[in-house]
Amino acid sequence: MNGAAAGDCAIHARGLTRRFGSLVAVDHVDLDVPARRVYGFLGPNGSGKSTTIRMLCGLLTPSEGEIEVLGLRIPAEAEALRRRIGYMTQKFSLFDDLTVRENLEFIAAVQGVPRAQTARRVAEAIEQYRFGEARNQLAGTMSGGQKQRLALACAVLHAPELLFLDEPTSAVDPESRRDFWEKLFELADAGTTLLVSTHLMDEAERCHRLAILAEGVLMADGTPVELTGRLVGRTFAVEVGDPRRAQHALAGLSGVLGVAQVGMNLRVLTVDDPDAGLRQRMADTLAKTFPDARVASTPPNLEDVFVAATHDTRRQPEHAA
Amino acid sequence: MNGRRIGAIVLKELRQLRRDRVTLAMIVGIPVILLVLFGYAINLNLRGLKAGIADQADTAGSRALVMDMLATDIVSASAQVRTPGQLMTLMQAGRISVGIVIPRDFERRRFDGRPVAQILVDGSDTTVQMAAAQLAQVPVDSAAPDMRAPAASTPPQGRISVVSFYNPERRSAVNIVPGLVGVILTMTMVLFTAIAIVRERERGNMELLIATPLSSAELMIGKVLPYVLIGLAQTSVILLLARWLFAVPINGSLLAIYLAAGLLILANLTLGLMISTVARSQFQAMQMTFFVFLPSILLSGFMFPFAGMPAAAQWIAELLPLTHFLRLIRGVMLRGASLAELWPDVLALPLFTAVMMVAAILRFRKRLD
Repeated sequence: MNGAAAGDCAIHARGLTRRFGSLVAVDHVDLDVPARRVYGFLGPNGSGKSTTIRMLCGLLTPSEGEIEVLGLRIPAEAEALRRRIGYMTQKFSLFDDLTVRENLEFIAAVQGVPRAQTARRVAEAIEQYRFGEARNQLAGTMSGGQKQRLALACAVLHAPELLFLDEPTSAVDPESRRDFWEKLFELADAGTTLLVSTHLMDEAERCHRLAILAEGVLMADGTPVELTGRLVGRTFAVEVGDPRRAQHALAGLSGVLGVAQVGMNLRVLTVDDPDAGLRQRMADTLAKTFPDARVASTPPNLEDVFVAATHDTRRQPEHAA
Repeated sequence: MNGRRIGAIVLKELRQLRRDRVTLAMIVGIPVILLVLFGYAINLNLRGLKAGIADQADTAGSRALVMDMLATDIVSASAQVRTPGQLMTLMQAGRISVGIVIPRDFERRRFDGRPVAQILVDGSDTTVQMAAAQLAQVPVDSAAPDMRAPAASTPPQGRISVVSFYNPERRSAVNIVPGLVGVILTMTMVLFTAIAIVRERERGNMELLIATPLSSAELMIGKVLPYVLIGLAQTSVILLLARWLFAVPINGSLLAIYLAAGLLILANLTLGLMISTVARSQFQAMQMTFFVFLPSILLSGFMFPFAGMPAAAQWIAELLPLTHFLRLIRGVMLRGASLAELWPDVLALPLFTAVMMVAAILRFRKRLD
């Protein structure tokens, strides 16, 4: 695979920027996506995930910056790249008025799957993605989960080296999602590089590595463990009888980045608190009104990473080594 | 350029078309409906027009002439009046569409060989004009042939004069059907491809297609080819119906007719593609189609004679495929001309096609920006 030519890096981008009029959708993003891994793009809607993916697969021309994907310079060599990538769009983009089999056959022909192999590959895809009964059903009449499976089946039909998936599970129930991720890991094991965008924390946690985007800026990137590791000592669980009012009291404290209610508890994210002074101030504040309140340390999760990263976009983005 | 990818697009289009009942209905429905609608205007065998009769002579001869006219079944008597003025009042009110006036000095005129009767026609309806023209052929002297009339085969023109009101310009009936082939093909073909690209953009399919190795030219050609077949099928439907319902003569070679139709189809399809790369929504595409369709109908010579148009209109008309097609099809179908004789128009259509196709391919970007 010559895709791994640039070290073991499938995607390499520097200073990637895209402006739409006065709006900066993607702002000087640097990316290094390792080959044969599932790489996640985590960010809220409008954070520039789709724009970045479209630039990486050559569908949008960057306003600034350099991109190299599978050793090809993009957008100059985008046409050569198209044979080697799969792209699953955010919105279902297959043909509603074609059947499952017809869609697969169409994609096979357009993607240049050799004629002799087409029938076998289509049959395999129907089998592997469990369309046996539904092979002659019109795509437009299928459920969200089925459509998503079909879109994935079509995206990987020509065995691409690199697969872009733009919020693939947005219209899907939790069980289909788990199922879908199994498929993604199978593909990664088979040597495919996957770039998946999502706004769901639990999906981001599954990725080998991820980048957090907010308002077009890359806030942080690293493995989930690295990213959460940086927040150790900054996350607290507060047990209190009246979480709504306690939330207000805590949110006003300087150094508290976020207070979220989780069931009857509060989850608090703070700035770095090496001498535990902030923890003490929180306890004191709560003690005045809520004598029964208890503050305990809790392990950080990706949501905390996300809140910490997006809390202050003026702060310089940080990078894992 | 990859034949297999073009084939994949063609197959996809045909499969989608098969499931698109509205478009399928349009393919057959538009030609049939238009042809039947326009067909009434060229139906020469009209029967039972309401006629008012003002027989001021009231002699045996004049009554015989009226009976002869009624015997043709073209008109049926619905009013007997005294003066032409009363006939005009009835016609204005729409109660009659034909008036027959026989003047007091009928016998004298017949003897002198002057016009013996006048037929007043509501010319706002072209069918009536045609019918009245037939009425004028009724021999004035069935019993005693007029010796002064020229040789037998010549109709006794001048003996019964036809005065047409409201629309003095008479059009040749058979001119309409060949033109209609062009009008129908312009209407349907442009529309089909005008929405072809825009629709995929609206439905989100385009983002998938442009992320594949499919090239712009492959996509455009694949989109056009299925509709060439459909256009030729439409042409056949129109020709068969024209033949069967209205007995329109086909004087030239059938091959030449289909070749001319094929050239128009390609020109219109590529025009549609061009529209499709400009339009941002299917609705816009339809508006633009209409924007092209109206001048095609009005300036091409289908409705008004080309020669009578001002120079500017003629220039615009020369840019429209329908103008060239009309010259071809009328030449071939009615005058029995060969395509070689009509070479300027034969060349104009492929030239138009090439320009539109290249423009569409250049305009279409495999980019979202």
